[in-house]
Amino acid sequence: MKSWIAFWSILKKDIQNYYLKPPNISWGIIFPLSWTLMQFIRSGSLNIIEFLPGLMSMSILFGTTSMLAVTITFERKGRSFERLLLAPISLNTMVLAKITGAVLFGILNAFIPAAVAAFFADLTGVNWGVVLLAVCLISITSTLLGLLIAVSAKEVFEAQTFSNFFRFPMLFLCGLFIPIHELPAFFRLLSYCLPLTYGTDILNGAIAQTNTMPSLLCIPVLLAFAVFLFVICRYNINRKWIL
Amino acid sequence: MDIVNVTNLKKTYGDFAAVNGVDFSIGQGEIFGFLGPNGAGKTSTINMMIGLAKPTEGTIIIKGIDVRKQVKKAQSIMGIVPDESNLYDELDGFENLCFCASLYGMRKEERESKAKQLLDEFRLTEAGKRPFKAYSKGMRRKLVIAAGIIHSPQILFLDEPTTGIDIESARQIRELIVELKNQGTTVFITTHYIEDAERICDRIAFIVSGKIIAIGSIPELMESISHGYMIRLSAEESIMKYAADLQARFEGCNIKASQNNSLVLASQNRIPLLPVIQYFDEKGVSIYEARQLSPTLEDVFVKVTGIEAEKLEKEKEKGVAGK
Ligand SMILES: Nc1ncnc2c1ncn2[C@@H]1O[C@H](COP(=O)(O)OP(=O)(O)OP(=O)(O)O)[C@@H](O)[C@H]1O
Ligand SMILES: [Mg+2]
Repeated sequence: MKSWIAFWSILKKDIQNYYLKPPNISWGIIFPLSWTLMQFIRSGSLNIIEFLPGLMSMSILFGTTSMLAVTITFERKGRSFERLLLAPISLNTMVLAKITGAVLFGILNAFIPAAVAAFFADLTGVNWGVVLLAVCLISITSTLLGLLIAVSAKEVFEAQTFSNFFRFPMLFLCGLFIPIHELPAFFRLLSYCLPLTYGTDILNGAIAQTNTMPSLLCIPVLLAFAVFLFVICRYNINRKWIL
Repeated sequence: MDIVNVTNLKKTYGDFAAVNGVDFSIGQGEIFGFLGPNGAGKTSTINMMIGLAKPTEGTIIIKGIDVRKQVKKAQSIMGIVPDESNLYDELDGFENLCFCASLYGMRKEERESKAKQLLDEFRLTEAGKRPFKAYSKGMRRKLVIAAGIIHSPQILFLDEPTTGIDIESARQIRELIVELKNQGTTVFITTHYIEDAERICDRIAFIVSGKIIAIGSIPELMESISHGYMIRLSAEESIMKYAADLQARFEGCNIKASQNNSLVLASQNRIPLLPVIQYFDEKGVSIYEARQLSPTLEDVFVKVTGIEAEKLEKEKEKGVAGK
């Protein structure tokens, strides 16, 4: 019970304080929208249905990672993060509370392009249940990846730089806009090591029926990634932040 | 009964020993002071005790809980006031307090009423509605202390609570600490200010270069320097020239220079005053003050650490100004 009070309180504070701060809005919303516009202008036309899954993945990836860079690195720097480490709640609860805000933010971000797309394309064939599941899983794994980066960074700008180092290559490697089978063999190997590949594939299947792997396989893979990343993050926090 | 037992605590960074084997215990309801210069290892010791740093060696038992094994359980009875203000800049005073209380599982009504009460006690009610980043240094300090005690901890850790704030606020903080002690809270406090320690601490440890070099209650520490008796005589004119003669005349007396118009007689035995005054009277010098000097904690500190007390405090002022 006491842990829940702390959990809600941390989550609520993060949402109120950080959700709508400019860096998050720009990375999570403006960037995906300008990307769409760029694609549209370049090719003159756009198959919205085929473009949407990649765009949703991208919104989640950028939204969640920049959110964590702020909520964690910023608080670490101002030392208010110490309060969380010193609170009598388990490290798991604390980490969960910190990432839940980012996960929710990622989910919300994913549905912004979807809502916009609904005005321009017929989305009746979309399996929304699977979409929601995939969005949640992508959001969780991207958040944890963001956390891993935030744990390694000392400054906010460092976290932003590190995360760009990861997330821009992921745009091309994870089948967001370039099908994986078109990548050179080496990069393809890399693709299968990244959780986003599996998440995007599920979205591709649920929205445009263009998946390359069975979704029933991708879901457990993503869950495994989530657990794996959570364990590493927790281990790193314990090792790096409690000196 | 001891609430804290620390044995052979060590912390090394690389091959530098910040804390080099300290042992101490703190009794229930005691105010225990950690006094030492910059870099002595005070904060490192606190950080290990509260679970923010991992000891390289040693054990820490707080209320029967092994901190190294059950840190969360131990943290639930601790209140912590770190050396730097670490509240949320963007939250106002009231929100900050409520947030901190919630981390200890306090319910909404309970934490809100306690936050109001504390803001009131600290005379921050008006400031309670302003964001923390708009606070002055003293206000910040007070709010951080309020945040440290909102969940009524059994043991409170204060890392230099009075550094860098004005005299009046420092006095308020000291009063508050004594008040907490009277309510049964155990207090661990680190400071640079010998006077602070002398005024409120029941027991004190001097720490230098990661080692405790003296520990005890104030009377115990005083005794340790076996000061003997000292009398300072003051006259209207320079009396230093009589020093040698006095020393010869009064056996066992040691004459020390003081200021120009005064000198200090020190002896292991009580010094009868009348013969001394008569001596000066014969010389035609009138003594207008003879005062018994008792050793201060500062004397003890200087004696055992070899560090000038003033230097200790100046160092800190510099440190603060430089930040
Ligand atoms: N993370 C760290 N890495 C390396 N050295 C450290 C670290 N933290 C502290 N030290 C060193 O350990 C020594 C003790 O530091 P500590 O902060 O405990 O001193 P202190 O007594 O609190 O001093 P002050 O009065 O300045 O607060 C210092 O020499 C400091 O440089
Ligand atoms: Mg310190």
